[in-house]
Amino acid sequence: MPEHTFILNGEQVTVDVEDDVRLLWVLRDILGVTGPKYGCGVEVCKACASHINGKVFNPCAVRVGDIKPTDRITTIEGLPGTVGTPLHPMQQAWIDRDVAQCGYCQPGQIMTAVAKVRQAKAQGRKITDADLDEIRNICRCGTYNRIREAIASAAERM
Amino acid sequence: MADQRRSPQGLDRRRFLGYVLAAPTLVAAAQLGGPAPEASAAIPTLPQPADLFDLNDLLTTAALPSSGLVAVQVHTDGTASFALPRAEVGQGVTTSTAMLIAEELDLPVDRIKVTLADSRPELLFNQLTAASNTTISTYTPIRVAAAVARGRLLAAAAIVLGDTVTNLTSRLGVITGLGGKSVTYGELATRAASTRVEQVSVTLKPRSEFTVIGTSHNRVDALAAVTGRKVFAMDLKIPDALPTMVCRPPTINGTVRSVLNAETVRRMPGITDVITISTGVAVRGRTFGQCVDAVRALRVDWGKGTVEGASDASVLRELKAAQLPLVVPPLPLLAKTLDAEFTFAFRSNSALETNCAIADVRRDRAEIWGSLKSPIVAQQAIAAKIGLPQSAVRVHVTEGGGSFGRKLFFDAALEAAEISRKLGKPVKLMWHRTDDFRQGRTHPMCTSRIRATYAAGNVLTFEQRHTSVSTDFGHGLGEIITGLAAKLPVGDLTFSETVFTLTQTMPYNFGVTTQLLNEVERGFNTGSMRNIYSPDVCCARELFVDQLAKNMGKDPYRFRQEFLRDHRARAVLVKVAKVGNWGRAMPAGTAQGIAIHTEYKGFAAALVEIDCRPATVNRRIPSARTGPRVTKVVFAVDAGLAVNPRGLQAQMMGGISDGIALALTSSLHLKDGYFLEGSWDNYFYTRQWNVPKDLEIIVMPPTTGQPGGAGEFGVAASYAAVACAYTRATGSLPTTFPVNHDDPLGFDPLPTVPPIPQSPTNGLGNAF
Repeated sequence: MPEHTFILNGEQVTVDVEDDVRLLWVLRDILGVTGPKYGCGVEVCKACASHINGKVFNPCAVRVGDIKPTDRITTIEGLPGTVGTPLHPMQQAWIDRDVAQCGYCQPGQIMTAVAKVRQAKAQGRKITDADLDEIRNICRCGTYNRIREAIASAAERM
Repeated sequence: MADQRRSPQGLDRRRFLGYVLAAPTLVAAAQLGGPAPEASAAIPTLPQPADLFDLNDLLTTAALPSSGLVAVQVHTDGTASFALPRAEVGQGVTTSTAMLIAEELDLPVDRIKVTLADSRPELLFNQLTAASNTTISTYTPIRVAAAVARGRLLAAAAIVLGDTVTNLTSRLGVITGLGGKSVTYGELATRAASTRVEQVSVTLKPRSEFTVIGTSHNRVDALAAVTGRKVFAMDLKIPDALPTMVCRPPTINGTVRSVLNAETVRRMPGITDVITISTGVAVRGRTFGQCVDAVRALRVDWGKGTVEGASDASVLRELKAAQLPLVVPPLPLLAKTLDAEFTFAFRSNSALETNCAIADVRRDRAEIWGSLKSPIVAQQAIAAKIGLPQSAVRVHVTEGGGSFGRKLFFDAALEAAEISRKLGKPVKLMWHRTDDFRQGRTHPMCTSRIRATYAAGNVLTFEQRHTSVSTDFGHGLGEIITGLAAKLPVGDLTFSETVFTLTQTMPYNFGVTTQLLNEVERGFNTGSMRNIYSPDVCCARELFVDQLAKNMGKDPYRFRQEFLRDHRARAVLVKVAKVGNWGRAMPAGTAQGIAIHTEYKGFAAALVEIDCRPATVNRRIPSARTGPRVTKVVFAVDAGLAVNPRGLQAQMMGGISDGIALALTSSLHLKDGYFLEGSWDNYFYTRQWNVPKDLEIIVMPPTTGQPGGAGEFGVAASYAAVACAYTRATGSLPTTFPVNHDDPLGFDPLPTVPPIPQSPTNGLGNAF
């Protein structure tokens, strides 16, 4: 069985698994990292959203064989580590606005929100309503309005 | 051991005996005595059953005999814990329960650990999470339990401090005597414990002294949710409970005749087992990804389903044939008559967490983990299925990733138990998203016919005939006896009609009013979806009220104000009309809508603004279902007493999101005995691009002083207000909901064989 190595939340991990197993299942079923959630398996609901080298992506749609040893994978569990504080400003904003209800989609919402703010900053502009309209993460509890408010407030502290 | 801290004896309703059961006060009766409507609605509507005794009273009364069997425990570390016999699925009951205990125990909310109780059959009907009834039925018993604990602590403190209870005050977990000496709850915990059961008398705090109940609190599980540490069923690490999925039939409830390649599939990478079960062919393996591969590789000879060949059109024909007759004949001479009929498509109450459960079945015992709103009947049904006594089956209730009614049933737990017994191995069973839409439970298709007669500015009669595909209430009141009763051929209709009668009321003085339900066609997997019958019944009624107002030359808001029967209903209506600036000038193609709904011991009103102009309707977002956009919602809710206003606002926000979806975009299309929708880009629940940017949710000040229901209360009024706004914006009355159901299909349906799609591999290309 092939061996795969990559950096997960700041630590190098190695796992024996077939190449085409999607990374979501390597994280959850083999490495026991359960922050990313299953909601569809076809890259639509974004509940598994995590970061690869600082960009948001969906591990349900990526073969573990396509991950390189130098790739830095960050899940919700590793987000604080990327800023060196107990909570990332986006997580703190989520708490301040009591965004979560069931919480199942929120790890993915937060990881997408961080990337969305970074994307706007990279283009030298503030995050807009149009940006928020394009966030595809599904929240079946309908917490969307508090998500928008939390992103806007966190953007100022990122 | 009465303690004197409380003000002198006020209303005696606050004195309770520990373990004595407080009967639900018939607050409904008191409301009827409110001031008579001052408007021209001269022909009153008589109180309906639900005005006197509603579904909440039924569930609370049924839970009464065992409602005292709850206990608050105080620990030596100064914290308190409580195992809540209900399911937390996002509606916030672990937070509101911690607040009830904090209030009576005088301990900060963050030192109160509320967990979810395992299935406890001795609770009989007191472990069902339904009808937004948790806080209504537990408000008194939980506070009594907390007060009993506090009384014990005070008694123990009196001894330790050498003082009398009357001189003691407790605040935030510390008891202080007159001399200033103090002792903490933690230090008293052991001494305060009792070696025998005692009955004690307690007095609950008067509302005037509340410092926790009624003030907004953040969720107790907020930190766990945002850090990924909140544990859902599939996150549990149960030894050897390997990922498991089921290859399901192409049509609803199809059967397995034979498996053609079980051996080959058993040898696929990571796969440990392949076995036929009653609902399909189960595969077990090292990862869910490899289970998907195995399910897709299986070649199965399938038997017919339970609704073979059925389609939206065929089911609609059956519904129309089963509509109960309208009895009031059109009276052209004496009065005018208005008729309307609406059709509501099948919808999915699929949560983001699909059906899932863990089962570890051994020869002599079994353990089950899952998010279950009716754990007792789950335990009993599983025990029956695997041939073990009820006492040999332990059911652990996990926190749920949403429910919307779906987790009233235990479909995955039953399957997991069957698989685990047949394999003799633990299994972590998860439904695929496509399974959840195509084989999972749905809100049944239904129609609503209304006829009213009116003359001289008054409505004389109002008849509503609601006809639905059979709604499965097979969970009963949460245990096997009522569960079985609700499955019997006659029993199911009785159960449905009881729920309908105890939830549907007529908020307006429309003279002689009858609202009746009939149900047909039992082959579908159905169940209650958030707010059950009310969204469709309310949507039909409020659209009809707008038509009546137009025919009688009246403004929709003024018309409602005149005809509403209850002053609390008028209060929420007036509030949204004022805050939402009803009647303001609106550009063509946009409009306001207003609607009212009463249920769960409360009253709710919604004012909605919608934009149906082409530029908005046709706005482009990649593979998104945009269409008309609700731009503003003002929602007012009077829940009698909001235990946690911020939590109540969250539930209304969720209900509004549901209402927008029900009116505009989300439905299942039935064809050839199966549902075409197979994933979230086929089933269009509300997304960020449909969300109203202007949202205001107003929690009205307390009225009855008793908490009403919250979890489902946001759906009906918002759904109806969106439908009314849409009708006024487009100038035409839609008669099918959601309004896009009969548009050309917005997606290419996934095949039914294999039953689930493969995961893509291009994810890196979409990173940003």
